[in-house]
Order: sequence, then C-alpha cells, then structure tokens
Amino acid sequence: MSGITRYGSYLPYSRLERSTFGSGRGQRTAAGYDEDSVSMAVEAARDVVREESAPDTLILATTSPPYAEKLNAAALQAALNLSPRLRSLELGGSSRMGLAALLLGFDLATAGERALVCASDVVVGAPGGPREAEGGDGAVAFGVGSDEDAIARVLGRASATTEVLDVWRKPEDRFATQWEERFGAEVLGPVIVDTATRALQSAGVQPTELTTVVLDSTNARAAASLPRALRLKPDQVADPLATSVGRTGAAHAGLLLARTLDGAGPGERILVVSAGDGCDAVVLETTAQLASRRPLHSVDRWLESKRDDLTYVNYLRWRGVLPFEPPRRPDPERPAAPASRRSERWKLGFMGARCRQCGTGQLPPQRVCFYCSAVDDMVDEPFADTPCRVTTYTLDRLAYSLQPPVVAAVVDFDGGGRMQCELTDVDPDEVEIGSELEMTFRRLYTGQGVHNYFWKARPRR
Amino acid sequence: MASNGICDRVAIVGIGCTPFGERWDRSLGDLLVDAASEAYDSAGVEQAQIDAFWLGTARGYSGLTLSEALKVQYKPVTRLENMCATGSEALRNAAYAVASGAYDLVMAIGVEKLKDYGISGLAGVFPPGDGTASNMTAPAMFSLMFPAYAKKYDVEEERLKEVISRIAWKNHCNGARNPKAQYQKEVPIEKIAAAPAVAGALGVFDSSGVSDGSAAAILCRAEDAYKYTDHPVFIKALSFAVGPGEGYLSQGYDFTSFPEVVHSVADAYAQAGIEDPREQVSMAEVHDCFTITELVLMEDMGFSPRGEAWKDVIDGRFDAGGPQPVNPDGGLKSFGHPIGASGLRMLYEMCLQLRGEAGERQIDDPKVGLTHNLGGGPGRCLSFVSIVGT
Repeated sequence: MSGITRYGSYLPYSRLERSTFGSGRGQRTAAGYDEDSVSMAVEAARDVVREESAPDTLILATTSPPYAEKLNAAALQAALNLSPRLRSLELGGSSRMGLAALLLGFDLATAGERALVCASDVVVGAPGGPREAEGGDGAVAFGVGSDEDAIARVLGRASATTEVLDVWRKPEDRFATQWEERFGAEVLGPVIVDTATRALQSAGVQPTELTTVVLDSTNARAAASLPRALRLKPDQVADPLATSVGRTGAAHAGLLLARTLDGAGPGERILVVSAGDGCDAVVLETTAQLASRRPLHSVDRWLESKRDDLTYVNYLRWRGVLPFEPPRRPDPERPAAPASRRSERWKLGFMGARCRQCGTGQLPPQRVCFYCSAVDDMVDEPFADTPCRVTTYTLDRLAYSLQPPVVAAVVDFDGGGRMQCELTDVDPDEVEIGSELEMTFRRLYTGQGVHNYFWKARPRR
Repeated sequence: MASNGICDRVAIVGIGCTPFGERWDRSLGDLLVDAASEAYDSAGVEQAQIDAFWLGTARGYSGLTLSEALKVQYKPVTRLENMCATGSEALRNAAYAVASGAYDLVMAIGVEKLKDYGISGLAGVFPPGDGTASNMTAPAMFSLMFPAYAKKYDVEEERLKEVISRIAWKNHCNGARNPKAQYQKEVPIEKIAAAPAVAGALGVFDSSGVSDGSAAAILCRAEDAYKYTDHPVFIKALSFAVGPGEGYLSQGYDFTSFPEVVHSVADAYAQAGIEDPREQVSMAEVHDCFTITELVLMEDMGFSPRGEAWKDVIDGRFDAGGPQPVNPDGGLKSFGHPIGASGLRMLYEMCLQLRGEAGERQIDDPKVGLTHNLGGGPGRCLSFVSIVGT
C-alpha cells in the first residue's frame, strides 16, 4: 500500500490577460523567458525534497521536454542534489502522463521504494487558437512512499487506454492540433465514466462519499460527462483554475490535487481523474499527517504572487513564436560540456563551500580560501535555500536578454557568502539596497541548441 | 620582497599616436605602421635600430601581428594581453628589458581594431566555460558603484548624477581641443545628463566610446636619452596590481573603491618618492572607462579625501585649468578605448605635456605626470600606474 508523503507546486510569476490577445475571460500563467518544464519542476520539487529523505526513483512527466533526446530528469536530479545512484524515468506523449506518473510512483512505493514524481508543462498553442488561450504553465511534485507515512493514501485506482485522434502533435510541430471536440468527447466521455467508476469500486467508495473530484482532460467536453454520470454536486468538483491559471498540461491534474490537499482536513476522500488517449483515475484518502506536512508554498500563494503586465508581444517572444531584432551584441555561447560537468554541483545544485579553517562561505566553491588562503580545506554547503539580500545592483540595458533590462545585483547570503547574479521575476523599480531575495533555478538562455541552466535570485514569493 | 622600481633609469625618447576613431580606412596593421612611423620620427631613429618590441593587443595574436605589418627583421616581438591595461603592460615590460641592459633601444606599441566587430560596447573572448559566469556588460559592472557610493557617502543620487555628468563634460571639453580624439566636440552638460541610460545611472555620455587606434613609445636607458632627443621623459615608477577577485566573493567589499588601484598607486608613489599625491602629481591620465570610475579613482589615488572627490569635481579641481588636471587629452571619453592602445595613448599625452608640445591643451609647467589603466571591473580587476617626469 502506498500514498503521497509530501507535495509541492509551482506557478510562474507572469500572467497573461486573455483580453489582451483575443477571446476568453481571466488570465493564464506564462512561464518566464528563463523557464521551461525542467526549471519549473525543480521549483515545485524543492518543497518536497527540502524535508524528505532521498527518493529511490525520480519520474518526470511532461509534454514539453526541453530536450527531445537527453534525459531531462538528469538535470532535475542534479538541481535537487539527489543521489547519483537514483533511478529515473521520463514520461510524455500525453498530458495524462502527469497522473500516470503518480500512479507509477504508487506502484514503486507498494514495492517498498520512495519516489519523487514531477509533472511540468509549458503549454504553447498556435497564436489565436484555443490551446493558447486555455493553456497555462506550471508544475507539481509529489513525494510517494508507504501508506503509514502518507498524507494521502491510495484507496483504489483504474486505468484505460484508447486509440483515438483527439489531440496530436508531431515531434517537429510547434503546436498541437485537436480534432473536432465533439468527436473526442463522444469517444472519451464513456471511457472517463467507466474508469472513474472502476476506481471507485476498487476503493469501495461511493460518489457521495467524495469530498472532492479533480477532473482533467485534453477534451473538456468529455470531462464534463463525469459529474453528470456520478451525480456529483457542483461543490464536489475541484475548481479547474480555468480563469486564473489555464490548463497546465501534464501538471494540471496534480496541480488541482495539490490545491485540494492545501485545503483538506484528515479523512477526506478525493477522486483524481485525468483523461487523454485513455484515462487514469485514483481515489485517495487524506490522513492526520497532512496538517503538519504542508509545503512552504500553497497553490494559492503562488497564484497571489504575480505580475499582470506581460504584453502579448513579449509573451510570443518568450515562447520563441515571434522573431525579433537581436541586440548588437555577440550571441550567447553554449556552455561547454566538460566545464559544465566539472562544476555540476555548483551550476545545477547551487552547492557552495565553507572554509574549514576560517568558516567563510564561498560561492562558487573555491579551492583556495579568499579569506585565509587555506588550500583544499572546504566543506560543501548548499545555498539554494539560504536567504540573501541586495548589496548593490544595476539595470543592464546593453546585455542580451528576452526581458531587458537585465537586473544584475551583488547578493550577500545570510551567514556569509556573496555572488553576483541576475534577478528575475522582479520589478526593476522596486529593487533597492537591502531588498530580500531567494534563489530560483532558471534556464539562462539557449546557446547553439544547448540549454544553459543556472540560478538567479528573485524577490521572495 | 620588494618592488624596487627603476626610477630615472629609463627614458622615453620617442612617441607616436594615430588619430582614434572609426578608422574604416585602416586595418590593424595600418594602424601599427602609422603609430610606429610617428614614434621613429619623434626619436629620430629607423626601425632597424630597435632591438626588441612589445606589442599590446587584446585581439591580434602573436608577435607576427606586428612583424608582418612593420616587416620587423628577425627581432624579438612579445605580444601581451592584460585586459584594458594591455598597452601599459607593453610599456612596463619593455622598460624593464631596457633597464636590465638586455637591449639598448626598444619599442612598446599597442593597438586595437574594434570597429570591425560590428557590436556595441566591448566583448571579451573567453575559453569555453560552464555558462555560470556573469554576462554583465562593462557599463553594468561599473554602474554597481553608483548606488553604493551614493549610499555610503550620503550623496543624493540626483546630485551624484550631476557630478558624473560634469566629469563627462570636462573630458569632452578637453577632447574638443585634441585633433587626435575620436570626439572633438564639447557637449553641453544638460545633454550629457539627459542621454539614454546604458546601465544603472550611467548614460551614453557616461561611457567611453568604441574606437580603433594605436600608440607607441621608444625607450632607452636614461644615460643614452640625449643621443635621441633634447626632451626625454623619465620613468619614475611602474606598478601593477592584480587582485584575487574577492570583491565578488567577500561581503567585506563595498563597491566604493578599487583595492587594486590603492595597492598599485601606493607602490608607484613609493618608487617615485611621492608623499603627497594631491600636491605632487601635476596631472594624470586615468582610466575613465565610465564617469563613475574616474570619480572613485580620484579617491583611490589620493587626489581627494575619501567621500569627497565629488566635491572636488564640482569645484573644478580636475579641469584643464584647475590645480590638478585629469585627462587633459580628453581621456577614454573622447578617445574611445581601443584596448591595447589606451595605456600608451595616455603616456603619449603625458610626454607631450612634459615636453611642452601639447598646444592649446598645454598645462603650465608640469613636473610629474601619472598614467593609470584599469582592467576588469569593481571587485575583480587589475590596475597599472606609471609616473613619468622630466
């Protein structure tokens, strides 16, 4: 038996007002120009791994992998400082793989393992189309383990696989396409009802006993058939966050589950359903341990921490949809593979050092202490969660960026240690000497086809 | 351990400097030929008399860059690079070679051809890295000093902006009187202050330009100097300090000073026997890559007390007609910064002034001149200082 032991979520800082680019109400989340599905998964998983012992297996589910070939989960392993002896898996091909990954995590936990399951997506639709308007960007992460340790344990589950041309995208295509929604609904609707019903039967739970139903599908019309079939009351169905987030692809079912857990008490029964080329469904029951294991960031905390002024043109530039005039500066160099490998623990894990002789913190780690000149006498020290503040700063209007000006700062860490780094998710007018910051994992740029991941600082969210 | 110096043991007997600017008509080799030829004429020597060459260039590789352009006949040519102090490094190494007795007559020459790159500002050429190095541009690095200085010394940022605008105004006034400068126009201070921002408080007119140029000097031992010229200029001090880069590691550094400059000027003043630089240094050519840099340098060099250079700037202390002129040729502000050439361009002006050949820029009876080059940025840099005199 198994269950969820911890969870974390992440929503990017920028929101796009749907009214600025066409039809629809409310906002969608928009990953920063320096974010992708891997960097967002890191942000979500940090709230899990901060407190929990190391997983045996890492699973990443996304339909927007930064690399089509090269294990994206490996960057997650490095950024989260997980053991290199970790097993890792990547799932894609359908947004349903987010919940499928969680179910796979439950299987591993039943076999006695601990798993870290991440689902993350940057959903890019063709300009003017429904996927662009209705999509959103975000990530979620779950620690999975034994049911004695769980904050939500598995009561029952079911799955189905359906060959149907509903939503599809070839590897070389930028945007997915959907067949007429009414057709997909007619095929998938009954599959959803059947799968959910089987999950409830295996759990021995009646629909009326459910506190919340999390319902997600590539086909909204198909999903709508479930509440009717199960005779659910409107307050049993989780808010799909359609007007504040948008549908976040592989992350979405998990994100809605995370939000449900944020507000849940013990003993609540939750049905989670995700459909697309079939269906997965699971029935969970929260435990008394939930109250003491909530993440640092609730989904609503991410929701409230935002910036609303992203223009549609900038959004299209950030997603690489709209070409633009580059600055009259050299193109960014791709990071070199050997140099990146040598400094992996710093570059991805943000592992600094502290001198054993004089106790001075050093970023990046030095072999020779800048303060006492001791050689090769340092201990590793993780700095990713160390609070820091602005010592001095500037707005660099000449440097290459998709969101000029670059806000660059010299940042001092509580307890010692300094670095110069870029700020992100920041209003340039609100930076001042002494501003409080925290570190965030980002994709600085992509040079010659190589993604350059490193850390930036942001005002606390 | 000592930095003994070579005070009064080496003389500068020939100097040359090309016009700086967008030299679309000149290749890197052409610029070298122009600067070297002027230096030979100035010393009254022929190329065949030069025993060895030091070439400072950040972008041209190897001694062949010089020997092929000048047709140097099987002599030693050392190519050096040391960031923005590259030209000064050529001078320093050439001077020590002469002082050692290894050679009798040598040339230090610096050059850069930047305009062909077709980019704004400067861009370094670095070995492959892990992608974590800062991508801050030069103006951004130096602009970090602006808020730090304003806060430490409680100067309102609007006031400090007026101060640095006045530095740009002063250097452009000087450049307007220099036929070799890239920019030979006075610029109204209001226009300077209102120019578009480049980084932080620094605007377009707070930044030095991008230009092409070359400058050269011919050196011999002091006892031989009068064989070549009636107006030799003697080297009083050469100092160089390269920091460990701790400003980006240590919370102890506050971005209102360049420790590398403090160390290099202390060494130079000791070599030259200068105890009160505010009184004893007649004039200086300093590394005004950005206006805020020149402000801070005035304090690091001991020309102004800590926290008070901004008042000296307002009072006109460093103006052409002031008690201690700084950048009388117009500085990097008016010349741009062809990296390898700048240090020797500064020396060229100090020699003109000491020889009484500076024309309408001539300072009244200068005795001691200082040149200063800075490579890198606040927190992580290297600093060169020379002191020359009659």
